[in-house]
Amino acid sequence: MSVDYTNGELQTVVAARSLAGKRSCFIGVGRPSTAALLARMVHNPRLVLVYESGTIGAKPHRVPLSIGDGELAQSADLVVSVPEMFNYWIGPGRVQVAFLGAAQIDPHANLNSTVIGDYAHPRTRLPGAGGAPEIATGCAEVVVIAPHSKRTFVQRLDFKTTRGERTTLVITDLGVLEPRDGVLTLTTVHPGVSVDEVRENTGFELAVSESLKVSEPPSTEELNALRELVSR
Amino acid sequence: MAQIVSLSEAVEATVQDGASVALEGFTHLIPFAAGHEVLRQGRRELELIRMTPDILYDQMIGVGAARKLVFSYGGNPGVGSLHRFRDAVEHGWPRPIEVEEHSHAGMANRYVAGASRLPFMVMRGYQGTDLATRTNVRTVICPFTGEQLAAVPALNPEVAIVHAQEADRDGNVQLWGIPGVQKEAVLAAQRSVVTVERIVDQLELRPGGVVIPGWVIDYVAPAPGGSLPSYALGITERDNDFYREWDRISRDREHFQAWMSEQGLLG
Repeated sequence: MSVDYTNGELQTVVAARSLAGKRSCFIGVGRPSTAALLARMVHNPRLVLVYESGTIGAKPHRVPLSIGDGELAQSADLVVSVPEMFNYWIGPGRVQVAFLGAAQIDPHANLNSTVIGDYAHPRTRLPGAGGAPEIATGCAEVVVIAPHSKRTFVQRLDFKTTRGERTTLVITDLGVLEPRDGVLTLTTVHPGVSVDEVRENTGFELAVSESLKVSEPPSTEELNALRELVSR
Repeated sequence: MAQIVSLSEAVEATVQDGASVALEGFTHLIPFAAGHEVLRQGRRELELIRMTPDILYDQMIGVGAARKLVFSYGGNPGVGSLHRFRDAVEHGWPRPIEVEEHSHAGMANRYVAGASRLPFMVMRGYQGTDLATRTNVRTVICPFTGEQLAAVPALNPEVAIVHAQEADRDGNVQLWGIPGVQKEAVLAAQRSVVTVERIVDQLELRPGGVVIPGWVIDYVAPAPGGSLPSYALGITERDNDFYREWDRISRDREHFQAWMSEQGLLG
């Protein structure tokens, strides 16, 4: 039986699956938040969600617009200050997985969320580091969720905001990349996506795994749960 | 001991042209009313300090009130860009702005050092990033283990302004919900103002509530609804529609100025 879905939906579903069996996950807003809430619904009801605003063990019913939405504080196991969040929880590695996004990612999974162009005279001023640099070195596993395009996947970052050593997965709307000997390598394509299509949308020479897999399409349960979640 | 005064008196007594001012509130309890009062009083050449500039600093930067911004994340949370901040950095409109940026952990620890009256805090971070070359951070060697660590300098703003749910008549303040870095900002600053939703006869202490005693605060000013379109947990709700609407209002210079003028915020 086949069900119609978008590659964006599949990206969220694949990100949610990556949280099966994990203890805790640090998340920002947008697709990462949707994926983590979906993971709690379908794969891992005990997953502890940690938001940068200081809410640990948040159980929001709806996908929050901001990391500071009141529902996160009201549903959390504990709410801590920003210094406590970084010094007691993130820094010592008490949160297992982090979901991060970025405007640019290089072949070593380093991330740029600071500027496009020259730092002193940027073409595009991006929001900046936020919590990402310490989250990416504090959490044991980093999952990057990004749109797959030549603008995002670049040979050389305009600015290195965040280090990529702990990145285990890069989940895009075309497939999944994983580090092999420190270099991001295409290990999975989404159904109907060719390696050439991924290559055309990658701004560096794409390494491809010899045992390339195709991601499992969303199950009816996953898709129904996702659509119900975003309609709340 | 904190004096309980009107918002305009509190701002007039503390914020002068050229001051370094931290209006804190991490995604919650953002002191919009106080920031708007700073604009109404026409203050300029400010060094604005805030982890997440948010809509409030987009407005203050957009009218040209800031000469410098110290921050760690300048986006409209969940929506996208802060267009006035971007315009100031990318095109120097309405005036060039000096930028000093950190990570959240760096900013938070700078406030901790400031509140502790220590010269710096140590942390793991910055190493191997371009931030390390662009901002005010050094390395120190741990005298016990030899580990190389990042040192971030204390942040001691001339003025800190935060918003809280309530204060009693002696100016003791309590806030609850997401506590952010407000306590640190108040204790780090040379002078402080706390705006509150309400003044009560006696603080009813809440589990998880953060109390800031009146004897470390200079002024307390009532400002009901003073954190909208942010919110005060249990009293007001975050106006998510306005955060989306701000994207439209702020995208265009003329549209932005017309909106600010309507609100009496052009100073």
